[in-house]
Amino acid sequence: MTDQKPFVDIRHAQKSFGALEVLKDINLQVQKGQIVAIIGPSGSGKSTLLRAINDLDPLTGGEIWLEDKQINKKLPHRQYEKHINLVRQEIGMVFQHFNLFPHLKVRENVTLAPKMLKGLSEAEANKLAEVQLEKVGMLERIDFYPSQLSGGQKQRVAIARALAMNPKVMLFDEATSALDPELVEEVNLVMKKLAEEHMTMIIVTHEMSFAESVCDRVLFMDQGVVVEEGPPDVIFRNPKNDRTKEFLRKHLAGQHP
Amino acid sequence: MGLDFSVIPDYLDIVLWGALWTVAITVGAAIVSFFGGIVFAVIALYAHLIVRLPFRAFAFLFMGTPLLLQLFLIYFGLVQIGIDVPAFMAGVIGLGLHFAVYNSELLQTSILAVDKGQVEAARTLGLSRMQSLRKVVIPQAIRDVIPPIGNNMIALLKDSALVSVIGVSELTLSAQRAIGSSYRPFEFYVLVAVIYYIINIFMEAAQRRVERRIQASK
Ligand SMILES: Nc1ncnc2c1ncn2[C@@H]1O[C@H](COP(=O)(O)OP(=O)(O)O)[C@@H](O)[C@H]1O
Ligand SMILES: [Mg+2]
Repeated sequence: MTDQKPFVDIRHAQKSFGALEVLKDINLQVQKGQIVAIIGPSGSGKSTLLRAINDLDPLTGGEIWLEDKQINKKLPHRQYEKHINLVRQEIGMVFQHFNLFPHLKVRENVTLAPKMLKGLSEAEANKLAEVQLEKVGMLERIDFYPSQLSGGQKQRVAIARALAMNPKVMLFDEATSALDPELVEEVNLVMKKLAEEHMTMIIVTHEMSFAESVCDRVLFMDQGVVVEEGPPDVIFRNPKNDRTKEFLRKHLAGQHP
Repeated sequence: MGLDFSVIPDYLDIVLWGALWTVAITVGAAIVSFFGGIVFAVIALYAHLIVRLPFRAFAFLFMGTPLLLQLFLIYFGLVQIGIDVPAFMAGVIGLGLHFAVYNSELLQTSILAVDKGQVEAARTLGLSRMQSLRKVVIPQAIRDVIPPIGNNMIALLKDSALVSVIGVSELTLSAQRAIGSSYRPFEFYVLVAVIYYIINIFMEAAQRRVERRIQASK
């Protein structure tokens, strides 16, 4: 795999909020079709790293590449806006709190961006919405408003909304941590299905068993650095670093086996 | 001389024409104030300083001075610099801009109150700042201010009587004219009050309909 050119390439990522350095020289290469999990304690910079990839939180140093395009390249403001709007179409993002558009029905949540940005006709957009909603098992709720859905259903719609832009990579920021425990599985199943379809994914999660079952690689982050990374069985069963061991011990203590 | 409502039918057409003009001015000004309010809110929040500062002065003119003065200025003042606005238009524009500034204040607050995650979700899909504002933020902000904007529209209806001072024969001025020849002020003022009240009821009903329709999307 290492001889292949990385699909997502994060080089020396550095991010400060004022005096607070949140990411310190992060390097991460993700191959096409690979699934990477990022774990670590709260405040370690996981969300910031994920949000840097689509420039929601722009880096203060380093480079991020998607295939042969630099995402955070230096451009005059106007040109940069155009560039980043195009880049973002290729990167799907799923948030902890869903962020569905409450004033739009499920159908319009999914069709809004394809209609506006890809010039799809009403009929094409509707077809697309049906296909994507079918995929996440939400087709029956196509004419509902988000407020009429459970958390798990909302998150599945949010995934369909992201998939409708046909992204090259999907980013998940604790997609299930705002859900009641009994609703976690339905979202995990959708993510597993994407994994089987070889979607390239970067998943920030605190669900270790899920990470172990779907991911090719796990990164453990703490205080803005990648402390340890490797295949899931190594990270979860045989971690080398003391901080990783400590984190997993604390974390697994309160969890179901 | 006691009360005698039997004179009313003789002047009913004048009064009803007046009512029609009042409705026309109110609807026209309401539309101006609604869309003007959105544009002003976006300018106040997002425009470049070069646009924002003159706009502040403009907003102050409309909030800090009497509506009456604004109507005089548009109708009698602009003619002097070559802009001749017909009385009806002057009324619609004056009332409309006046309430647009108030609507804009309401909208600015509600735009800022829309969850930041909404813009993030829209931007993540590739929408530009303007597109996110137009399709995601502003619709939600409007939804949240329908009740207070409705109240502004009722105030607008009442203030439409001021347009009589620039000679538009709306409801209040029509009553004045009927009184001028019938010498029956009480009867006609009561009639006009009832008509304002009826228009009010229709406006409140419309507002309730809108509110019911947006209930599901909260
Ligand atoms: N917009 C921001 N402004 C200032 N500090 C921030 C901001 N976003 C995150 N931080 C800080 O950056 C650190 C990392 O946050 P985050 O990436 O959200 O961590 P994680 O997702 O691992 O819990 C935290 O200390 C957090 O307080
Ligand atoms: Mg986080």
